[in-house]
Amino acid sequence: MKKHILILLLAIFPAISFAASSAHLDTAPIDIHDKDSIKRGAKTFADYCYSCHSAGFMRFNRIAKDMDMSDDEIREMMIFTRDKKGEVTKVGDLMNVAMSTDYAKGAFGGPVPDLSLTARSRGANWLYTYLRTFYADEGRPSGMNNTTFPDVGMPHVLWEQQGIKKPVYVTEEHAGVSVKRIESFDTVQAGSMTEEEYDAFVADLVNFMVYVAEPVQVERRELGVYVLIYLAIFFVFAYLLKKEYWKDVH
Amino acid sequence: MGKLIGWIDDRFPLSKMWNEHLAEYYAPKNFNFWYFFGSLALLVLVIQIVSGIFLTMHYKPDGASAFASVEYIMRDVPYGWLIRYIHSTGATAFFIVVYLHMFRGLMYGSYKQPRELIWLFGMFIYLALMAEAFMGYLLPWGQMSYWGAQVIISLFSAIPVIGDDLTLWIRGDFVISDATLNRFFALHVIALPFVIVFLVIAHILALHEVGSNNPDGVEIKKNKDPVTHIPLDGIPFHPYYSVKDIVGVVAFLFFFSVVLFYFPEGGGYFLEHANFIASDPLKTPEHIAPVWYFTPFYAILRAVPDKLMGVGAMGAAIVLLFFLPWIDRCKVKSIRYRSGIYKANLVTFVVSFVVLGWLAMQPVNATITLMSQVFSFLYFAFFVVLYVTSKNEQTKPVPDRVTS
Amino acid sequence: MSTDTVDKDKRRFLVASTSVVGAVGAGFVAVPFVASWMPSERAKNAGAPVEADISRLEEGRMMTVEWQSKPVWIVRRSEKTVADLESNNANLRDPASDNVDQQPEYAKNQHRSIKPEILVLVGICTHLGCSPTFRPDIAPADLGENWLGGFFCPCHSSRFDMAGRVFQGVPAPTNLSVPPHYYVSDNVILVGKDGGNA
Repeated sequence: MKKHILILLLAIFPAISFAASSAHLDTAPIDIHDKDSIKRGAKTFADYCYSCHSAGFMRFNRIAKDMDMSDDEIREMMIFTRDKKGEVTKVGDLMNVAMSTDYAKGAFGGPVPDLSLTARSRGANWLYTYLRTFYADEGRPSGMNNTTFPDVGMPHVLWEQQGIKKPVYVTEEHAGVSVKRIESFDTVQAGSMTEEEYDAFVADLVNFMVYVAEPVQVERRELGVYVLIYLAIFFVFAYLLKKEYWKDVH
Repeated sequence: MGKLIGWIDDRFPLSKMWNEHLAEYYAPKNFNFWYFFGSLALLVLVIQIVSGIFLTMHYKPDGASAFASVEYIMRDVPYGWLIRYIHSTGATAFFIVVYLHMFRGLMYGSYKQPRELIWLFGMFIYLALMAEAFMGYLLPWGQMSYWGAQVIISLFSAIPVIGDDLTLWIRGDFVISDATLNRFFALHVIALPFVIVFLVIAHILALHEVGSNNPDGVEIKKNKDPVTHIPLDGIPFHPYYSVKDIVGVVAFLFFFSVVLFYFPEGGGYFLEHANFIASDPLKTPEHIAPVWYFTPFYAILRAVPDKLMGVGAMGAAIVLLFFLPWIDRCKVKSIRYRSGIYKANLVTFVVSFVVLGWLAMQPVNATITLMSQVFSFLYFAFFVVLYVTSKNEQTKPVPDRVTS
Repeated sequence: MSTDTVDKDKRRFLVASTSVVGAVGAGFVAVPFVASWMPSERAKNAGAPVEADISRLEEGRMMTVEWQSKPVWIVRRSEKTVADLESNNANLRDPASDNVDQQPEYAKNQHRSIKPEILVLVGICTHLGCSPTFRPDIAPADLGENWLGGFFCPCHSSRFDMAGRVFQGVPAPTNLSVPPHYYVSDNVILVGKDGGNA
């Protein structure tokens, strides 16, 4: 009886794990140690995302510190705003945005999410795929839709870089109902970048967002090496000590 | 130094306690790998208390700022990220260590006469630990914190007549809210740690009263040196097991650090992805699963199609463990000298527990539900089979003295 | 169990070395916990240098700005007040500001400031941390005939003159401290940072 169940189990396991995975995601080619890539991503974030999205748990000068930049460099690159009191944003301030929730509801149909932790909640691959799968859809208020995030409220901010793609539909019959499904995409307007350039451009942005989601991650891994080396050394001493005392017992 | 100790001993039983619990506490000399987990559980308790105290210095138990205060700890507090990861990894480590410690008890019959109370104290520790972990998981105030707590608290609404009022009372609001967060914080930080520490003391005192069991399940106190009255198979805990436990502690810390520094999210099982989104009472995450250490019981809950029965089954799955010393009627303690039926039964039980844990993390469908039912059945079957077969079990002869 | 063959030296060495390695580890473990009590990035940002615009500060008046959550006073003294400072010297503990901890190098002078008439002080009494009161009035009834204006701490009656210098015979041990500061422009002071043309 038990054996049968085990066999049944082994047969079902892979089937279930495949069933559980949803839409296909591309692997984001990111390298958290590549500071130049993160800096390029930070610039893109500042130019295209940061006008609407906050990264409200992150401080500008943290980026400066981690990316070996001076306070003036980060100010030049990312800080264009003033705070609520109208004073110039400090480099030590959090990356908040001025847009109110009410305005966002009117413009995009809902609050604009904070992006500090999106790379941890959604994952890098999701972001990388999402930013590359916008397509023209006249049925949407922004005129754009997304295969990774259907009916998303966000417009395609990077359309000038990527260009605009239009879906080619096929109609299929399912249980007597005809369903329209996207088969492929046609480029209707070329972007300022080639596909490879655009992918690299998005990868830099995602790299930055992965960094922002956990700024300490590089330091964390480095510190871990020392801790493990220490424990390995301690283990040798502890083991020899134990062995010495246990001579009495054996 | 000797003078100072003498001065203290006249006023406080320092040397007496040292001898009773360490230098002259005679433990069987044949402890194996499985006997590391008791001291490791104590270590993790200390780790959790220390890291927890430091987290409370920066955390805000306030619905409006709790989520942000955790990110504040992760980013703005010097080494806050390390302290937070120590605490979150510690929660997982606590359950791994405790589950292995309990499994050791099952294998070697450590719950049997005369150690029933040790087992009961241990089970109460486990229960308090589950409450502690559950309430602690609400504090980051992310989506999984919120909706996980919503689901678990709603379990109480299954209780007839008073259920709805009871859930309202627990939450202090119509949904999980600031009030719930604040009271869970108090319980997590003060009340339950006290309970756990007192139970741990009781657990150890009871153990030291009757003496430790061992992989052979032989009572070493039955064979004492006629002159010294020291058990022939016993060795003083200090220095022999203290130096041995240091080795265990260092090895454990190595694995602990690997997770802490390289896999703090545990692939989404220790820190769930959706918990990086601030709690939102209007939007349930697509897929809710409790943290891994609760999943076996959650699977039993889901396996039963009736709300009250499901909660009852889940409760029974835990309550039955309390009665193990009386369900198992076999006189032989260690698995080494027990029948093949017992061994197979125990393997089925462990497999069911692990598989149920995995099942609870899968989205529900017909296959998953069916499998949950099968393995829930096997889980409960363990106790029934044990009760029936243990009375007249075919056991092997138990030696007088410990082996090896 | 035979203890006859025990190599006591080896045992002692192993106990000592394991203890040392363990103690070193414990020391390192303490570092993050101790460090977590230092000001966080939020506190540092809140304590970042602040700008103060003194263009509308009238003679004889004081304004307060917040730096590191502490009151920082800026007083525009009259020429007479500055000239009178010297007459207090005999009654002060440290008339020449010899205690280097209480002011930056550029404020170690008779008027304890960069510009003679503009006084910048941290408004915390050096006795036990109360914030003294600004008392520019000459010879008030409660402070006596010789009072030429200054600061009076209500907690324990410490007295300071119009340059924040402490009088003899009061509990406060040292002069009020001058924070690092410099003039960004004629009328704007940056409090909390040395530099500029100072």
